[in-house]
Amino acid sequence: MDYEAVIGLEVHVELKTKTKIFCPSTTEFGGAPNTHTCPVCLGLPGVLPVLNKKVLEYAIRAALALNCEIAEFSKFDRKNYYYPDMPKNYQISQYDLPLAKNGYLDIEVDGRTRRIGITRLHMEEDTGKLVHQGTITTTPYSLVDYNRAGVPLIEIVSEPDLRSPEEARIYMEKLRSIIQYTGVSDCKMEEGSLRCDANVSVRPKGSPEFGTKTEIKNMNSFKALQRALSYEVQRQIDVLEEGGRIIQETRTWDEGKGVTLPMRSKEEAHDYRYFPEPDLVPLVIDRRWVEEIRASLPELPDRRRQRYLEQFGLPAYDASVLTSTIELAEYFEACTAHYPDAKTVSNWIMGDLSRLLNVHNLEITQCRIRPEQLARMLRLIDQGTISGKIAKTVFEEMFATGSDPEKIVKEKGLVQITDEGAIAAIVEEVIANHPKVVEDYRAGKEKALGFLVGQVMKATRGKANPELVNRLFKARL
Amino acid sequence: MELYYLTAHELHDLLVDRQITAEELCRAFFERIDAVEDKLKAFVTITRENALARAKEIDRQIAAGGQIAPLAGIPVAVKDNLCTEGVRTTCSSKILYNFIPPYSATVITRLNQAGAVILGKTNLDEFAMGSSTENSGFFPTHNPWDLERVPGGSSGGSAVAVAAGEAAVALGSDTGGSIRQPAAFCGIVGLKPTYGAVSRFGLMAFASSLDQIGPLTRDVTDAALVMNVIAGHDPLDSTSAPGPVPDYTAYLQNGIKGLKIGVPKEYMGEGISPAVKQVVAEALAALADLGAQIEETSLPHSEYALPAYYLIAPAEASSNLARYDGVRYGYRAEGGTDVVDMFMKTRSLGFGPEVKRRIMLGTYALSAGYYDAYYLKALKVRTLIKQDFDRAFASYDVLLSPTTPSPAFRQGEKVADPLQMYMSDICTLAINLAGLPGISIPAGFADGLPVGMQLIGKPFDEGTLLRVAYTFEQNTEHHKARPKI
Repeated sequence: MDYEAVIGLEVHVELKTKTKIFCPSTTEFGGAPNTHTCPVCLGLPGVLPVLNKKVLEYAIRAALALNCEIAEFSKFDRKNYYYPDMPKNYQISQYDLPLAKNGYLDIEVDGRTRRIGITRLHMEEDTGKLVHQGTITTTPYSLVDYNRAGVPLIEIVSEPDLRSPEEARIYMEKLRSIIQYTGVSDCKMEEGSLRCDANVSVRPKGSPEFGTKTEIKNMNSFKALQRALSYEVQRQIDVLEEGGRIIQETRTWDEGKGVTLPMRSKEEAHDYRYFPEPDLVPLVIDRRWVEEIRASLPELPDRRRQRYLEQFGLPAYDASVLTSTIELAEYFEACTAHYPDAKTVSNWIMGDLSRLLNVHNLEITQCRIRPEQLARMLRLIDQGTISGKIAKTVFEEMFATGSDPEKIVKEKGLVQITDEGAIAAIVEEVIANHPKVVEDYRAGKEKALGFLVGQVMKATRGKANPELVNRLFKARL
Repeated sequence: MELYYLTAHELHDLLVDRQITAEELCRAFFERIDAVEDKLKAFVTITRENALARAKEIDRQIAAGGQIAPLAGIPVAVKDNLCTEGVRTTCSSKILYNFIPPYSATVITRLNQAGAVILGKTNLDEFAMGSSTENSGFFPTHNPWDLERVPGGSSGGSAVAVAAGEAAVALGSDTGGSIRQPAAFCGIVGLKPTYGAVSRFGLMAFASSLDQIGPLTRDVTDAALVMNVIAGHDPLDSTSAPGPVPDYTAYLQNGIKGLKIGVPKEYMGEGISPAVKQVVAEALAALADLGAQIEETSLPHSEYALPAYYLIAPAEASSNLARYDGVRYGYRAEGGTDVVDMFMKTRSLGFGPEVKRRIMLGTYALSAGYYDAYYLKALKVRTLIKQDFDRAFASYDVLLSPTTPSPAFRQGEKVADPLQMYMSDICTLAINLAGLPGISIPAGFADGLPVGMQLIGKPFDEGTLLRVAYTFEQNTEHHKARPKI
């Protein structure tokens, strides 16, 4: 039988406000354990939460970017369960009146656009972190760090609209891109500022009914997400094919073994005993404020990509890559302001620059080459001061040192040799030293010319103008 | 009269006239404490050195010639569920027997800024759950009018300290009557402000939507003076009301001509002892003589207040008290085999039986499958109760009732029967559910025991309560009685 996957994602995004959601402690990542805390986020007796208005603003900003409706009336609730990384043994979250709902985002799959529904977006506080010696079941003791407790989160719940693990990954990437554009989060999966759980079921293709779902946790990268979901979808299909039944349960992804494993059954699921948080007043959200936030949203990736196609005439692929993060897009546009040939700029950014950033594990924001420096280097090529080949050397030096291209060219003596007399002399020398190759060329071996040109380039340490060398050889032979 | 039996404003006058220093005053109160505390057990912690150092500092300020603020140098006792920086704060629970908060409650900060001298932390029913202070995890407190009787609760220690001259004024907290009921049992004034009038920051929560901090004092003037210090918006408490704070002493006017007082018949019916009814009837007659118009009225949903309260308050408590798990502070049981076992042992040994009863009740009321039938229904009842009051206040300026169904009962009398104990708050619970201000003032005596009457006001209309209470006080002698101990 042909099956299709039905996947919905619950994504947690840490908001990068300066202070925590309900207290003035810093949200900074890292720091010695339990130093980014205060009586409120430690859940000491008698303290009270006070909502950080910036959190509400950021959450609204993200919700608007995801095309959600913002509630006029919203409130916080307590989610009760015991766990030592939760200072109060309840989490302040939102239950039946979330901040926002009914949104969507569009993803591109195999050249087609698919619209994925967003059920709801709500605010909540993050928990602390347990550090075990060994595994949770064998550790003699556990240490707890509350630095993360009270860091603001938004939870974004999608509709079960995703139909393959690949779509799920693309959805996550798109979600990350949109949230990053809004500036409310770094969305770094490796630092945990972007996290995701998945609800997965399978059903015969075309069936209107949903199968029994499992919830998958502990997927810590985009790759892990796609791998885990692929495994889980296949596992469920195998169970059904063998005549079995899917058990509703929570499963955890084991990255090392490449499998999902049962974690807890439906019966073991917590009863969270949600009830309205009495220490916080309900939120009545001013429409004018919402519109102000909407007006302050940047151009989002979809629209920006479209503009790159129209304004710069870039290929679709280039436009997608360049608009994948707002920082890359801004860098690209800053370059084009100094050097209008967008395709050339795009080639350098997507080629050499991306490669170097990857090799050195750097972000575009850490790039030492300023956009106008890149533009100046491109002009040096146009002016014939350096060859395209030499430019790569210059570019690497710029990347390493942040120096101006002119300075590098001058200091390293990389100016292209365009003196016809000087090159002609070297050409003569090469012809004299390689009579056999010259003969081959004259006999019709076109390839031999390449060797001869190469000898000139070698002699000039790549500085000879390659076109000129070619022309001189052809004229001489 | 002895120094320790004077009111705060009388003591203030002595300080202003330089007849006494703050240090002398402080020492006089500690002498009194030393004389009677063994019999009363009002305090969990006495902060003698801190208090004397503070009193000397106030004296230096007075000597330097500043204005003497109304509470400057005044000896104060505070309930031990109010956090005091650097001073052990236990909630009278074993689970917090060693907890020293690194911060003070906003009301404590404000008392300190006003120059008050805090003498110590007073006993309460563990986590403010109880009506007799017998549920303290440490020891019971005794009523100074009859040591065999309870002082009421949960602010029993604060009420006794004020009634017996161990402090001039005190702070308590009131979730269902915990200021007013012990005030009535001990023959003093107890004010529960409107929900939101006083910051709850630093009050160890019992039921967040019901808790309020308020004064216990020897007269109405002192209550107004304390309110002037503790009331007002606090950025650390989102539920504290914004807006300006009145000068509460401005309402201390002798005159209630034409004022309309409603007496809800549900608060004068079955369950109210004849002796209490008699005292309240005499008080009503006195108020009528002073020109008030008195009518019987009705709050038809009153009978549902107690069951609604005992769902909402425990539900919130079950969540508020979840943090006491032995992980970060307070008591931790030895011998836990894993973290869940440690949680269970700590909470089993750390909490007393009444606290456990309410945690279980509240957990049950919030559980899947029961939430709608219990918690949600209780919230709906709460709305109906509020509407009852709204309707009554369309016709009356204040409502009047007994504070308690009977005078102070004997120690041990109701310990075995929680429902009987709960009934002792039957006149006060609904006021918390509706978030209204309520004050208990001495109304007379029955068999040598004080009887209190309760005035209930519109939201944030503490002013009218204070005016009626002050007028009654100026025209009666009950508040001048002191226990002979």
